[in-house]
Amino acid sequence: MAEVTADAPEEQRSPAGPQSPSEHTGGLRRLPKVARLVISVLAIWALIAGIGTMFQAFAYYPQYFPKLLQGVLAVVLGVLGAAAVFYFINLFVESLPDRVSGRILPYAFLLPGVGLIGLMLLYPTVQTINYSFANADSTAYVGLENYATIFGNPNFWSAMINNLLWLLIVPAAVVFFGTLVAVLADRLPGSAENVTKSLIFLPMAISFVGAATIWGAIYAYEPSGQAQTGILNAIVTGFGGEPVSWLSQTQLRLNNLLLMVILIWLQVGFGMVLLSSAIKGVPEDTLEAGRIDGANEFQIFTRIVIPQIRGTMVTVFVTLVILVLKVFDIVYVMTNGRDNTDVIANLFFREIFANSQSGVASAIVVVLLIAVTPVLIYQVRTFRKEEAMR
Amino acid sequence: MSEAPSIKPRNIPAWIIMIGLVVLWSIPTIGLLITSFRPVDDQVSTGWWTAVINPFGSGWTLENYRGVLTGSGNMANAFLNSLVVGIPATIIPIMFAAFAAYAFTFMRFPGREVLFIIIVAVMVVPIQVAFVPMLDLLGPNNLNINGQYLAVWILHTGFGMPLAIYTLRNYMSTLPGTVIESAKIDGATHFQTFWRLIVPMSVPAIAAFAILQFIWVWNDLLIALLFLGSGDSATVIVALQALLGAQGQGRELLPAGAFVSMAVPMLVFFSLQRFFVRGLTAGAVKG
Repeated sequence: MAEVTADAPEEQRSPAGPQSPSEHTGGLRRLPKVARLVISVLAIWALIAGIGTMFQAFAYYPQYFPKLLQGVLAVVLGVLGAAAVFYFINLFVESLPDRVSGRILPYAFLLPGVGLIGLMLLYPTVQTINYSFANADSTAYVGLENYATIFGNPNFWSAMINNLLWLLIVPAAVVFFGTLVAVLADRLPGSAENVTKSLIFLPMAISFVGAATIWGAIYAYEPSGQAQTGILNAIVTGFGGEPVSWLSQTQLRLNNLLLMVILIWLQVGFGMVLLSSAIKGVPEDTLEAGRIDGANEFQIFTRIVIPQIRGTMVTVFVTLVILVLKVFDIVYVMTNGRDNTDVIANLFFREIFANSQSGVASAIVVVLLIAVTPVLIYQVRTFRKEEAMR
Repeated sequence: MSEAPSIKPRNIPAWIIMIGLVVLWSIPTIGLLITSFRPVDDQVSTGWWTAVINPFGSGWTLENYRGVLTGSGNMANAFLNSLVVGIPATIIPIMFAAFAAYAFTFMRFPGREVLFIIIVAVMVVPIQVAFVPMLDLLGPNNLNINGQYLAVWILHTGFGMPLAIYTLRNYMSTLPGTVIESAKIDGATHFQTFWRLIVPMSVPAIAAFAILQFIWVWNDLLIALLFLGSGDSATVIVALQALLGAQGQGRELLPAGAFVSMAVPMLVFFSLQRFFVRGLTAGAVKG
């Protein structure tokens, strides 16, 4: 990197000199334009066909390709192949007449990445909406039958209530604890601040399934009279109480709350990281001004700090809303929806995986899609506002 | 304030609450870690804290780790699968995304704003929308690669793409425009500018995204379960989920299995924490 920046001014002095980069690449660029066009088209075709065949061979003859070889070849072919494809796409476009090439080049650069988004996210969205009006194996249209099925199912409404509870509790809790940790850690000396923040942040690296394992051990329950190995029940019985089967506690949907605790535990570190840097960005003189006016620490925090970090709090909140709407892993492995703990994403998974009901599953996703639409509009709006300020 | 050498009296409440929170946040993981080194009989008869209170009076063993790596869990194989899934699924999207991000940042063309807004919007769309059509497309009626690593590489590449383009583009737009201008004056093509200037200058953002994507792919359950299954190609997370479902016998292997599945993310976390944090911060859907 240093080399590049050091070279730049030197090259600037001799713009048309022999050092000009387009000269010393040589090779294919010396050929006539028509030859370059033909070569690049053939090369792109050969590369795509070659890489495609290779991957097909992995798929159909796995016995000849041990796992590690597949992995290594995928990295090498994927990266070198993609680089070569881009090289020939570029060569092709550059060999077109100048007026055309300048217009096409941006789209050539965009094509692989944006094309993949189209193939794997945009097309499926349309197709899912389409399938939601079709039968279990998407072979015939059934009108609104799938929607009638899900809306007529009390489990669906129970899952909706649970999702709503997740939505009301988890993002707010993450913002609250994230702010609390960020503010308090800011008051500790540097090294203590770093250590405490790292430890709170650590769960961010743990998978939902790993977290479920960890918390499963905490909520563990053995019948009364047996040794309690879960710390929660050990405390309860230590005080002379009866052991509680935590994840079966349906009153006030307590078991749902216990599942939410897992996600909060995982995500507070994320909130803390964003909020901490926002708090550090609050100018010291605004705090001083408050102190001179006789505000106490709490007033300074609520009236001076919070208004200045509100934007970041919203960011954390929105990110968590998006995460919570599709929460799946924790519920799936902890309870799989037992005792009124189901959520929309788990309902979807059951329909597609266990019941093979593509139509019903698609209808559930459409509900999910409608639920994220307000967030989506909000995101696009904020993005456009930010771009306008650039 | 952060340089204060000693504890100031007015910060004592902060110390107490922080220590409380850190203990609360760490105990779950530490408890399971200790349990993973305890013999079966101890695991079922006493809680992990008895081993902390009386470390020399209780048994310690590596048997659970041996059992989970070689025995019924076969986590060693799953561990290998996770690497084979994770590394290509991290590296391949980066190149596609970098080219697209370059075009969005440094080129002017009709449709630029609209395309980028679509990418911002797509980041919010739950990946569940893709599953029914993708099971169909990758399934036996069409490409028939379901259950192969290839299917999962493609899926993770596609699902990681919006975030990759978004973060790289945001980073590239902070690079000094003069560098690009001078390259243009030198007669460098976009292709050359990309490789020689922009990619080397974007290494911090690329590294941050790579770490985020790798941990995401490693920790994923949904895609691995639906498109790779729980057979010979199962990832560590799928293997751990299978262990969780197994009641009764083999239950003592679960804590060790959890830590085998966490080993790589933990290693990444402790060695590359700064990049990981940077990736998360940049990837937080900006509000």
